[in-house]
Amino acid sequence: MGLPDAPGDLSSEVDVEAFRRLFPLRFYERHLTESIRPDGRPLGRARDTTIALGAVASAEGSALAKIGSTTMLAAIKMEVMTPSMDSPDQGCIAIDFHMPPICSPIVRPGRPAEIAPVVSKQLSDTISSSGMINLKELSLVSGKAAWMAYLDIYCLDADGALFDAALLSAVAAFSHLQIPAVSLNDDGIIVVVSEENGGKLEKDAVNKERMKLTLKSIPFSLTCVLHKNYILADPTAEEESIMETVVTVVLDSSSQLVSLYKPGGPVLAYTSAIQDCVALTRQRMKELQKILDEANSGMEVD
Amino acid sequence: MEIDRLDGRKANQLRPLACSRNILNRAHGSASWTQGDTKVLVAVYGPKAGTKKNENPEKACIEVIWKPKSGQIGKSEREYEMIVKRTLQSICILNINPNTTTSVIVQVINDDGALLPCAINAACAALVDAGIPLKHLAVAICCCLADSGYIILDPTKLEEQSMKAYAYLVFPNSILSVRPEGSLKVQGEPMEHGVITSGTQGAMSVDDYLNCLERGRAATAKMSTVLRRNLQPQIASDLSKAG
Repeated sequence: MGLPDAPGDLSSEVDVEAFRRLFPLRFYERHLTESIRPDGRPLGRARDTTIALGAVASAEGSALAKIGSTTMLAAIKMEVMTPSMDSPDQGCIAIDFHMPPICSPIVRPGRPAEIAPVVSKQLSDTISSSGMINLKELSLVSGKAAWMAYLDIYCLDADGALFDAALLSAVAAFSHLQIPAVSLNDDGIIVVVSEENGGKLEKDAVNKERMKLTLKSIPFSLTCVLHKNYILADPTAEEESIMETVVTVVLDSSSQLVSLYKPGGPVLAYTSAIQDCVALTRQRMKELQKILDEANSGMEVD
Repeated sequence: MEIDRLDGRKANQLRPLACSRNILNRAHGSASWTQGDTKVLVAVYGPKAGTKKNENPEKACIEVIWKPKSGQIGKSEREYEMIVKRTLQSICILNINPNTTTSVIVQVINDDGALLPCAINAACAALVDAGIPLKHLAVAICCCLADSGYIILDPTKLEEQSMKAYAYLVFPNSILSVRPEGSLKVQGEPMEHGVITSGTQGAMSVDDYLNCLERGRAATAKMSTVLRRNLQPQIASDLSKAG
């Protein structure tokens, strides 16, 4: 950006794609002055979002979420374990976020992505802070057996706003989750009830009711990028790398702020910017709520 | 509603702060920052030639290594590294030494609440000690929110775990300038009201968060004066060391 006159002279001759590669910030600023982005979106609009439930047939709950090109596949496997001594009537959730090399050219087999453990921890913190899942619902026999839910999220395509897509796929997978019916057999071991066995023992009635988890306050998030006075909602990977200041706001369905995450960045966030980001997130929350409800009702029809 | 804190502090009262610089011989810059019982030691080495593979060679690069007091390095440590790195990148002037790497090593000596803010404060003091060019300093604070909406500053570990939510905030330090006040405002607010970094744990209402911002700003204004006073007198002795 230190070239004094060259951009002005070249811009009339240089191809648009070349200008985009050579002077990315000027390319974006030209668009921002017209309140639009290169892909035609207005500044406050997120990309098209879809959710497909039941993407992994062998898992107890799964979902494939796409925000624009960013694709996340979440799957939940359930396992019975003995609960810990200090919380004998609570189950456990283990969340892991993976970025395999398929998702992005910067991730290579020997070199795991730097952001993967960060997004993983952010997800665990957000899901526990929001109180979406009541761990007591995962308990089977107090002190002896409880469910352990392993939630694995795989990023299949990393094109910006990874946390948003990952959270959406996790929430969708939990809403799709069907806990298998189990019963306590004679040896005191929990066994999965299969269709052939009919009704086995005492535990049946208790577990048939708990087939689906009740999700209390579902968190929805929106990542925004701050650049000078502009706020761009739902950035692509290119936008995130050029304008490095990223703010992620997570709100739950009762409009409580679950998380406001701004990891540094050259632009300082003033109160007005924060309030604008929260307002954009509220709007986005309504859209996401609708998409999630449609996906859930689509599954119920089947 | 007043809440009685275990150590008898008032809501706005911070724990005793102590900052010492130049404590390690081999490091180019080092500092230790103590807030009550939380103590963090930071060493800075740099600038060294060359940047890592995926980093932009036109700018200086900052690398952060976080060493916990005990246990293996896991996801929390990686998250702390990323937050400290991005916070320090926003305060350093990256164009001055392009294609160089500055390593910041954070060693947790004791964790009794407000660990990340303590580490950021220590890292900032260590960068000053190393002579890395900075735009301004960063001052970090942690606020804890009780169920009643009552906000307390600089919580201990017990307070962090028992309260509904907490937020850590990093602000630029306050400006002492000869220019008239009005000229330094951005969007109608003074520059030091901007948030460099923010992170929260637990759910709170948006108004509670904005209240935390207000309290944090007031507290960091006080911390800035302490930091400024702490960093100033040693400049005379540094000059004699350089000569």
